[in-house]
Amino acid sequence: MIGENELLGKFVELRHETLEIWISRGWVAPARSRNGFRYREIDVARVGLIYEFTVELDLAEETIDVVLPLIDQIHGLRNQLHRLATAIDTQPAAVRQKIVQTLEKTAR
Amino acid sequence: MADELYEVLGIGKDASPAVVRNAYRALAKKYHPDLNPGDKAAEETFKKIQAANDILSDCEKRRQYDAGEIDGDGRETRRQFYREYAGNDQSGPYASSAGFDDLGDIFSNLFRNQRQGQGNVNVKMQGGDIRYHLDISFLDAVMGAKRRVAMPDGKSLDITIPGGHRDGQILRLRGKGMPGIGGGLAGDAYVEIAVQQHPYFRRQDGNILIKLPVALHEAVLGGKVPVPTVHGQVTMMIPAGTNSGDILRLKNKGVPGGGDQLVTVDIVLPKKIDGDLKTFLEKWSQTHAYDPRVGMGV
Repeated sequence: MIGENELLGKFVELRHETLEIWISRGWVAPARSRNGFRYREIDVARVGLIYEFTVELDLAEETIDVVLPLIDQIHGLRNQLHRLATAIDTQPAAVRQKIVQTLEKTAR
Repeated sequence: MADELYEVLGIGKDASPAVVRNAYRALAKKYHPDLNPGDKAAEETFKKIQAANDILSDCEKRRQYDAGEIDGDGRETRRQFYREYAGNDQSGPYASSAGFDDLGDIFSNLFRNQRQGQGNVNVKMQGGDIRYHLDISFLDAVMGAKRRVAMPDGKSLDITIPGGHRDGQILRLRGKGMPGIGGGLAGDAYVEIAVQQHPYFRRQDGNILIKLPVALHEAVLGGKVPVPTVHGQVTMMIPAGTNSGDILRLKNKGVPGGGDQLVTVDIVLPKKIDGDLKTFLEKWSQTHAYDPRVGMGV
């Protein structure tokens, strides 16, 4: 976990005020402590992502408002898909076969 | 990862600037396209050699390359992309189950964050989670404590830390996160608690460990000594002849709920050895010598 100063040091053009705006918009959610915000690795990576969107790709704030929840939704879905796939993988061969047959029937 | 450029020049990572320069010159002479008129591949190789030299011959660039701050092309390396972290973090603040409403009953039963009712998906949302980090003292962690933290909206949240809490354990407080939107449930608060070290108490599961200094005469003659415990000071009876390293148990003086305090005795000589003690021991050791190093072959 790192503090805000160390985080700002990693991104040359990132200012405290900008980071505050990102947090207030719900784009990044660091843990709060008595001495300010604390950033895990995932929070640092997320700040890096938003940094690239805003500074390098010049995406508008309204665009990021739309894009970030979509990215999160995708990760949520992928995670559940993996779980589902694992659950299927651990089934007996007969069950898996039935599932495959159903999938093939419903494929376009 | 930061090895390729060195391999291109055929030198070690600890090569001095002189070695870098000589290696470059030798390879440059060998592969220079104008010195190899018929060789198409020479140009490719030569460019690689030049690029490697551009970075390795420049003091600052070489330092950055070695530190992983720039890659072989001189561009700034990027820490891992967000997606590397997102897949495993489905319990964190960025977890989303937004894609499931229309996928049928089986999914909404199997996966968490069920929607309540059939409200308009766009308008009704569960509130976000909030994460807190708290530092608490060893004693507070063992005995339990209450803390008050500030919420983002300015209100306070009272947190009760149960006794026996372990360092790094995360408390989940349902419904204490950000309020829901359009009637949705409030999110949760996750409180990560870091326990500070105590100057002399240590914890091992349900027991508290302490190293207790005792005086020479207390150990030899036995007697009552005061002992700190997490429940307050107690008096302990030390048997005569207790040795350094002996462990004495104080029942129920450990972590509340049945733990003990284990006291490891540590015999401490007086800071200044007075004349009386010296005189006595000089005489005593002549007729009472004992070897504490039996079995060490010395």
